[in-house]
Amino acid sequence: MIAEFAHGALWLAAALCLMQLGLGVAALRGEQAISRAIRPIAAIQALLVVTAFAALIWLFWRTDLSVALVAANSHSAKPLLYKIAGAWGNHEGSMLLWLTVLTGSGALFAAFEKRLEARTMAASLAAQAAIGIGFFAFLLLSSNPFERLNPSAVEGKGLNPLLQDPGLAFHPPTLYLGYVGLSVAFSLAVGAMLTGSVGSALARAMRPWVLGSWIFLTAGILAGSYWAYYELGWGGYWFWDPVENASLMPWIAATALLHSVGVLAARNALKAWTMMLALIGFSMSMVGTFLVRSGILTSVHAFAVDPERGAFILFLLTFYIGAALLIFGWKIGHVRDSEPFEPVSREGALVANNLLLSVILALVFIGTLYPILAEAMGEQISVGPPYFNTVIGPLALILALLLFVGPKLRWRRGGPLFSPLGIAGLLLSAAMLVITFLLGWNLTILERLGLSIAPGLALASLAPLWGRNLLRTPAPITGMVVAHLGLAVLLAGMAAESGFTKERLVLARPGEQIEVGPWTMEFEGTRPVAGPNWTAVEAELRASRGSGPVLLKPQSRYFSSPPTQTSEAALATDWDGQLYAVIGQGSESEGWQLRLWWKPLVTLIWLGGFLVTLGGLIALIGRWWGEWRRRRRLAGSGYRERRAW
Amino acid sequence: MVRRFLPLLLLLSFVGIAIWALTAEREEQVRSKLVGQPVPAFALEPAIEGKPGLSSADLAQSEGPRLVNIFASWCLPCKAEAPLLDALAGEGVPIDGIAVRDRPSDILAFLDEHGDPFERLGNDPRSEAMIALGASGVPETFIVDGRGVIRYHHQGPLMPADLPALRAAWEEAR
Repeated sequence: MIAEFAHGALWLAAALCLMQLGLGVAALRGEQAISRAIRPIAAIQALLVVTAFAALIWLFWRTDLSVALVAANSHSAKPLLYKIAGAWGNHEGSMLLWLTVLTGSGALFAAFEKRLEARTMAASLAAQAAIGIGFFAFLLLSSNPFERLNPSAVEGKGLNPLLQDPGLAFHPPTLYLGYVGLSVAFSLAVGAMLTGSVGSALARAMRPWVLGSWIFLTAGILAGSYWAYYELGWGGYWFWDPVENASLMPWIAATALLHSVGVLAARNALKAWTMMLALIGFSMSMVGTFLVRSGILTSVHAFAVDPERGAFILFLLTFYIGAALLIFGWKIGHVRDSEPFEPVSREGALVANNLLLSVILALVFIGTLYPILAEAMGEQISVGPPYFNTVIGPLALILALLLFVGPKLRWRRGGPLFSPLGIAGLLLSAAMLVITFLLGWNLTILERLGLSIAPGLALASLAPLWGRNLLRTPAPITGMVVAHLGLAVLLAGMAAESGFTKERLVLARPGEQIEVGPWTMEFEGTRPVAGPNWTAVEAELRASRGSGPVLLKPQSRYFSSPPTQTSEAALATDWDGQLYAVIGQGSESEGWQLRLWWKPLVTLIWLGGFLVTLGGLIALIGRWWGEWRRRRRLAGSGYRERRAW
Repeated sequence: MVRRFLPLLLLLSFVGIAIWALTAEREEQVRSKLVGQPVPAFALEPAIEGKPGLSSADLAQSEGPRLVNIFASWCLPCKAEAPLLDALAGEGVPIDGIAVRDRPSDILAFLDEHGDPFERLGNDPRSEAMIALGASGVPETFIVDGRGVIRYHHQGPLMPADLPALRAAWEEAR
C-alpha cells in the first residue's frame, strides 16, 4: 500500500507542478489575482514529494522485497544506516531525492521570499515549475522507484559495497542540495530577464540561494573527496575523474556567481555577467548529472549508468539550458550597467576573480569532454592529472595572488593597491620561497610556489579585519576572511601532500620491518575478521618514529552480496600528517602486498576545506540574523512591511 | 547581436557531441598508441647477475620478433601468468623481461619459484622504461618485431584465452 500511495502522491505533485507553471505564466501576463495560489501550491507539492521520499526510505528500512528497487539494491543483512542510505544509492531513488530537493527549495523560496517584485516572483516560480515538470516526467515515466515485483524477491541483491560507507551515506544528498539549490538562482535569473528587472533587489534575493548551494557543494565535494581518499585505497584525494569534475564544475560556477552577485547587490553592476553565471551554475549541475548517468565517459565512480536515461537527461538539459540561453540572448540587450568603475577597485578585482574562475571552468570542461571529442575524430585519449594540474595549477595560484589585494580594495575607485597586511603577506611568501630553496627541498615549480604563497596568503587574508573591532565586524566579512584563510590552509595541504608524500609498495611477510619516510612499520601479521555482511583479512602494522607506536589495521574486505572485494585503508593521524596503509592480495607463505604512504600535512587539506565551508556558513547565518533583526526592528516601530502579493 | 547567442551555440555543439557519444558504436578495448611505433629508447642495467640487461637497441637488432614482459616479483597477477610464459619459452619463443621497482634477491626468489623464461632481464627501478613503453602497470606484454617496432600490446596478465590473439600477432610480426 505504501508504495502505491507514494506513487500516487508523486502524480498529484506533478499535476500541482503543472498548475504552478500555468498560474505563473498567467501572473506574468498580468492576472495578479490568481497568482495568490502559487505559494500554497508550491508548498503542498513539496510536501507530497517529501512524503513520497519518506515512504521510499521506509520501504528500504523495512527491506520490502516486493518493491523492485529495494530487491535490486538492498539486502536484509545490511546495517540499518546503509539500508536507509540505499534509498538514494541508486538511480531511481537519487532522482526522487533530486526532485525532493527541487520542490523543497522551490517551496522555501515561495514561502520566504517577500521582497521581490511580484511579476518577477511569478516568472521565477513558473521557471522553477517548468524545471520540475521535466524531472517529474523523467521520474514517473522512466524511473519509477515504486514499481512492484511480482512475485516478490526472496532476498535482495545488495548495495555496491563501495557505497556502504558513512561518508557516502551523506555525500550524495549534500551534493544534491548544492546542485539543485542552484536551480533557484537559475529560475530567478530567467524570471528577472523576462520581466527586465535585473538589479540589486534581484541579487539580494538570489544571494542566499547561491551561498547556501555553494556551502552544500563545498561540503559535498569535501565528503566525496575524503571518501575516495580512504575508501578507494589509492592514496589520493582528487583524481580529476569525470565524475569528480562533474561536481567541481558547478562549484566553480557557483564560486564565481557568489562573487559577482555581491557586486550586483552592492553596486548594481555586472548585470549580464551575473545572469550568465546564474544560468551556467545550474546548467553545469545538469551537465554533470548527464555525464555521470549516461556513461559516455569512463569513470571509476559511475554507479548507475544507463544510456537511455542519459538521453532523457540530455533532452531535458538541452531544453532548459537552450530556452534560458535564448531568453538571455533575446533580453539581455536591454540590460545596462549603471555604475562605472576603475580597473583597480573592488569591482575590478572581482571581475578578475570571475574571469579566472571562468577560464578554469572552461579548461575543466574541455579536459573532461576532450576524450569524447577525440574519439569522434577517431582517436582514443584519456585526459588525466598531468593536463589538469598543469593548466589549472598556475591559474589557481594567480587567483590566490589576487587574494593578497582584492578583498581590501574599495568599491569603484581603488585607493592604495596594498594594505599593510597584504605587503606583509607578500614579504612572507617571498621569504618562504627563499627558504624552500635554502632547505634544498626537491619540489616542482607548482609545489614550491604553493608552499610559498600559502603562508603569505594566510596572513594577507586577515587584512579585511585590520583596524576593525572584531566583535563588531559584520558576519559576512568574518565569513569571507575565514573562507579565504581556509583556501590558504588548503593550498598548503595540497602542495605539501604533492611534494612530500613518501610511498612504499612491498610484498612483506609477518615480522618484516618497512621504512616509510620517518616511520618504521613492523608487520605483525594478519588475521581474519568478520562484519555484519562481510569477512576480511586484517593486517596489523605497528608504526613508530621515536615515540610510542601507533597501530594500523588495514582490511581487505569480501562482500558476498553482491560478491565484491574492497580495501579499507587504515589511517593514523599525527599532528604533522597521516600514515596511510592498504593491504592487497597475498598469503601467509608468500607474503602480503602492502602499500604504505606517509603524507605530511595532508590533514591541512581537510582543515582548509572545513574552514572554507565554515566561512560560507558564518556569512549565511550572519545575513539571516541581520535580516531577522531588521524585520523585528521594523515590526517594533509599528511599521508593517507591505507584502508583495 | 550574434555574440549574445554565442552561449547557445556552445550548448548546441555540446549536445551534438553528446548525441554522438550516446549513439555511436564505441570501442571498449583500449588500443595502445605505441603499436606500430618503434620501441622508445631505453637501456636497462641487468636485473640479476648472470643475465644481460635489456635496451631498445637489443630489440632493434634481433632475428625475428621477441616477447617483452613487464613484471615484478611483488605482483600477484605476474605469478598467475608465469606458467604461461614458461610454456611459451619452452616452445622456443624468445622472451625478455623488465623487472619494475624490484630487488635482485626478490627477483631471484621469484624466478626460482615460478620458472625463468627470460633471455634478457632489465632492471627498471623507477618504472621509467615501463612508462616509456606506455604500460600502466604490471604485468603487461609486448611483441616487438626484429626491427624494434612494437606489434602487439597486452595489458594485464596473459590468460590461456589470450593466446590465439597473441599467436596471430606473433605470426604477423615474423
